[in-house]
Amino acid sequence: MTAHIDLWWLPRAFILGLLAFIIFGPLTNLLLWTVAEKWYFPHMLPLEYGFTFWQRVFSPRGNAMASLMTSIVVATLTVIASLVLAIPAGYALSRLKLPFRGLILLAFLIPQAFPNLPVYVNIARFFYEIGLNGTIAGVVMVHVTHGLVYAVWIATAAFSAVDIDLEEAARSIGAGPLRAFRDVTLPLAAPGLMASAIFVFLESLDEFTGSYFVGAPVVNTLPLLLYTAGSGGNYQIASITALLLLVPSIGFMLVVERFLRADVLSKVGH
Amino acid sequence: MQTRFLALLLVLPALIMIVLFFIVPLFASILGAFEVGDSFGLGNFSKSFDLYSKDMIFTVVIVSISTVLIGLLSIAIGGYLTLGENPRSVAILRWLYRWPMFIPFIVVGQVLRTFLAKNGLMNNILVSLGILTPLQTTGFLDWRGIVIAFVWKQTPFVTLLVAGAMASLDRSTIEAARNLGASRLRILIEIVVPQISGTLLVGLILSFVTMMSVLSVPLMINAQSPTMLTADIAFRINAHGDYGVANALGVISLLLTAGVALIYLRQTMKDRL
Repeated sequence: MTAHIDLWWLPRAFILGLLAFIIFGPLTNLLLWTVAEKWYFPHMLPLEYGFTFWQRVFSPRGNAMASLMTSIVVATLTVIASLVLAIPAGYALSRLKLPFRGLILLAFLIPQAFPNLPVYVNIARFFYEIGLNGTIAGVVMVHVTHGLVYAVWIATAAFSAVDIDLEEAARSIGAGPLRAFRDVTLPLAAPGLMASAIFVFLESLDEFTGSYFVGAPVVNTLPLLLYTAGSGGNYQIASITALLLLVPSIGFMLVVERFLRADVLSKVGH
Repeated sequence: MQTRFLALLLVLPALIMIVLFFIVPLFASILGAFEVGDSFGLGNFSKSFDLYSKDMIFTVVIVSISTVLIGLLSIAIGGYLTLGENPRSVAILRWLYRWPMFIPFIVVGQVLRTFLAKNGLMNNILVSLGILTPLQTTGFLDWRGIVIAFVWKQTPFVTLLVAGAMASLDRSTIEAARNLGASRLRILIEIVVPQISGTLLVGLILSFVTMMSVLSVPLMINAQSPTMLTADIAFRINAHGDYGVANALGVISLLLTAGVALIYLRQTMKDRL
């Protein structure tokens, strides 16, 4: 029995090692590209290392800093607008009697469910007519529409996971509906709402297609900068930009499970 | 009656957003698909099928293969996290699997483009380990690259949902089956997976539709023919300004995803009744 158990560490270590290579191999490759001055086939590693390209990215003429600021402003505004829309909607979907509840939940999936490229083209034409094309507000509206599925679905799950008895107890000792919501339900659902804010923030940071049609070239977000550099064959600049996009993503990944507990997760989409 | 009205009022602003900035332009694009010159007809569709029928099959095959692989991997990872008996391996796996989840698609495209290329880091490592000679190396920047990118990026998301659902299962049936001598694989397939199939389905559907809409990955990894419909739509607009065919291709991928949305709708309706 003990010999049997002792042998099992080998395949376990092999599979975990393989998984680590699959996940971190490409990421290491990205890091190498950000500091590679000279790198060509068949050398496994770069021939010269340096930060010349970092200087170029962050120089006054390089527009990475401006893109970074634009991306953060857009993502923050997107989160605020999404939560303002999703908190009442999520509460109604989880607690109140709603006709066609399944259909309404499904409606928020529509922007994720349908190929959004032709939609963005038509939005761009419409925004151009009303002067919203190439503005932060226009890009935020597109991102909010796209991220609402996360905001509403996770908010609904978060409110569903809050014990309804607590709210009714508050009501029965005389708290009004708004007070019960503000003092009992909202604080208890806060970790789930935080998780939905995280998803929406990252969704906005990630968003490429909509920004390309509605924002470019005036509102130049980081993904647009990355795409331009990458298609120009400048892998160093593209990799540095990619790294800038990675930092908040990885940071959020490390904390997400603190906010998104299993009881909330199991209710997503229900 | 009054609470119903209130409930609708609370949902309405979010719904208006979806209608105004998605459904209206969606209908505009459907209408545009049938616009040929100044009249309506099916010209755009016949042109789409003439030019891109190969890409339609390519898109469906790639997204389907990716969805199946994501489903299998997320069950395997989630299953090990729930049933694994070596606490250290479980902890390492829990720490490991989530990394790609929040990496933006455009970054995934850039990262894998440099990693999987004929002279990328993967082949360089295999060559210097003596597994391949420089002449044997092949790039993976074709359909395989797209599948790898999709699976790499989407598996952690589905696994997070699946593992969460598995963790909140009642452990007593699992323990009982374990005491009766059932293997862990059998417990996973016969007890755990059937109970979390609803969550798994939701995760896979969200992944499916995400993959159908991603433009950056096919553009960066495999822009030559055959490619995915999203790349074709962007090409039609950028190179030809041909909104008719672009909208027709959009309607076609819309019909492909509508089938999947229908499965979700039936599933939720079944749960409600």
